Amino acid sequence: MGETGKPVIEVRNLDLSYADYAVMRNLNFSVNKGEIFIVMGGSGCGKSTLLKVLIGLKEPLKGEVLYDGINFWQQDEAVQQKMMRRFGVLYQGGALWSSFTLGENIALPLQLYTSLSAGQIQEVVELKLALVGLSGYAGFYPSEISGGMCKRAALARAIALDPDIIFFDEPSAGLDPLSARMLDDLILQLKDTLGATIIVVTHELASIFSVGDNAALLDTESKSMIAIGNPKNLLANSSDPRVIRFLTRGERQGAAQ
Amino acid sequence: MPAKLSFNYPQTGTLRVKLSGDWQIYASIPSENEVVAELASHQDTAQIIFDTSEVGSWDSGLVSFLFRLVRDCEHKNIQVSHQGLPQGAEKLLTLALKVHTRAMPEKSARNPFLERVADKALELYASTLSVLNFLGEITVAFGRFISGKAYFRRDDFIGIVQKCGANALWLVSLISILVGIILAFIGAIQLQLFGAQIFIADIVGIAMVRVMGAVMAAIIMAGRTGASFAAELGLMQVNEEIDAFKTLGISPVEFLVMPRVLALVIMMPLLTLYADFMGIAGGFLISASVLGLNPVEYWHHTQSAVRLSNLWIGLIHGFVFGIIIAVCGCLRGLKCERSAEGIGVATTSAVVSAITSIVVATAILTFICQVLGV
Repeated sequence: MGETGKPVIEVRNLDLSYADYAVMRNLNFSVNKGEIFIVMGGSGCGKSTLLKVLIGLKEPLKGEVLYDGINFWQQDEAVQQKMMRRFGVLYQGGALWSSFTLGENIALPLQLYTSLSAGQIQEVVELKLALVGLSGYAGFYPSEISGGMCKRAALARAIALDPDIIFFDEPSAGLDPLSARMLDDLILQLKDTLGATIIVVTHELASIFSVGDNAALLDTESKSMIAIGNPKNLLANSSDPRVIRFLTRGERQGAAQ
Repeated sequence: MPAKLSFNYPQTGTLRVKLSGDWQIYASIPSENEVVAELASHQDTAQIIFDTSEVGSWDSGLVSFLFRLVRDCEHKNIQVSHQGLPQGAEKLLTLALKVHTRAMPEKSARNPFLERVADKALELYASTLSVLNFLGEITVAFGRFISGKAYFRRDDFIGIVQKCGANALWLVSLISILVGIILAFIGAIQLQLFGAQIFIADIVGIAMVRVMGAVMAAIIMAGRTGASFAAELGLMQVNEEIDAFKTLGISPVEFLVMPRVLALVIMMPLLTLYADFMGIAGGFLISASVLGLNPVEYWHHTQSAVRLSNLWIGLIHGFVFGIIIAVCGCLRGLKCERSAEGIGVATTSAVVSAITSIVVATAILTFICQVLGV
C-alpha cells in the first residue's frame, strides 16, 4: 500500500484501442494516495476504455499501468486477481446482480474473501447500506428500487471489502441533480473516511469541480491527453482553448474559437 | 401548392434560385440535382442566391434540400448566399453546417477474394480457439468443483435444476408421446403389408430408447433452456454484471456456467429416460387402440426388443447433448455484444449451434456404436 503523497497508480506511455481502432495514444499520469483523480473528456474519447484497462478488464495496446510500482499487465492471472481485490468499481449502470437482493450483492464479496460468520456479514451489509443511505433495503431486488438507489447500492457493494482504490464510471449519468450531488458527497466522504484513492471517469462539470483534486482531459481529435492538473487551476490558468471550451461548456467569451 | 424551382440570372455568374409552393417533408419536393443540372449548363456560375418570396409553408424538407445543395456547391467552389431564405430555415441551415463531419476511420473497400478467404479462415481459427479456451475454463471449473474449491450458490444451482428438469416435463411429455405415435403409424404402413404389425413395438421401443428419446428431449431443451441460458448471460453481459464478477475476482465460468452445465448434465439423461418412457407409451396407446394390437403382446415385444445396451446408448446421448446445450447457450451468452440486438443474435446462435451440434454428435455416436457393434 502506498504512503500519502506517493503515487499509487502510474500510467506510462499507454495506448488504448476500441474495436481495432486506436482511440488514445501515449497517456502518462500518476495518481497519489488519497487523491480524487478525474478522467474527463467528451463522449467517445476513450474514458471508459481507459477505466477498463485500469481495472484489469481490457489489455492496453501498449504501455504500462503500475500499482505501487508493480506493472499490472505483466503479472500472471493469479497476481492480477489479487491486485484487483484492492479495487472497488462503481459501473455506469450500477451492474448490480439482478437475481440477487441488495444484501446478497454486498454479501457475496464478503462471503468469498473474509472469514466472517453469516451474522457478522449481515451486520457489515447493514453498515454499508447505511453508509450510502439505504438502511433497511437489504431484502430488495435491484428491479424494485430507483436508478439513483441502484447506484448507491452498487457503491455499497464496491466498498464492501474496504478497497483502497475506488473507480467510478460516470457516477452522475442518468441521475437527477440532487442524486448526483448526493453521490458526489459520498465520494468525498469515502476519501475522508476510508482514505481511499479515487478515480472518477466523468464529463459532468459540477462533479469535476466539486470533487476533483486533479484531472486529466482526454481529447478525441488529437487522441491524446491535452491537460492535467487541478480542475480549478486548469480553468484559471490554461491557455489551451480546447481546455477552456470543455471546462466552460464553450460558454466563456472567445472559448468557442 | 406543390414545391417548384425556377432559375434566372440577374447578372453574369449569379444564379437566382426561385422557390415556390409548400416545401414540406411529406410532400414531393424537387431534388437539388435540378440545381446541379442548371449549374452544369452555366459553367461560369460563381454564386447562388435565393428568392423565397413565394414559398408557402416549409419544414425540414426545405432545410435538407438547402443543406445538400450547399454541400454540393462547396465542392464546386460556388458561393451560396443565405440571404433571402426564411429566417428559421436560415438558422437551421447555419446550425447544420456548423457541425464538422468527424473524420471516421475509413471503411476498407471490399478486399480481394483470397484476402477474404484468409480473413474467414483466421476468424474460424479464432472462434475455434475461443471455444477450446471456454471448454478448458469449464474443465478447470469442474476440477475445482470436484476438489471442493469451486464457488457458486447452491440455491442458484437448485433453481437451474428445477427450471431445466421439472419445468420441462410437460413439453417433453407432449413431444415424446407424439413422436411415439408417429413412429407407430410409420411402422404400421410397411409392416401391415407383411402382417407383422406386432413389430411396431420393436421399432418404437428401439428407436425411442436408443436415440429418438434423447434427440427429441435435446431439441426441446436447446430451444427452451439453451436459449434461456444465452439470454440470461447475454443480458448480464450488457448490464456489466459479468464485469462486476471479474473485478471481484469471481470467475463467471465457475459461478455462472458450471452450475448450468452441471444441471443439464444431470437432468438430460433423466429427461431422456422420461422421454423414452413417454414415447413407448405413445406407441403403445395408438397400437392398442387404433391399430388393434394386443396390449400384452405389445408390451412383451417391447421388453424383449429393448436391451440394456440400447438404454445405455440413449443415456450417453442424453449426457453428451446436455453438455452441448449448456456449452452453446453459455458460450453465446458470455460472448454477447452489448446491445439489444446482441442478445437476440446470441439466443438464436445458441439454439442453432446447439441443434446443429446435436445432429452432428448423433451421427458420430451412431457411427461409433456401429463400429463397436452395439
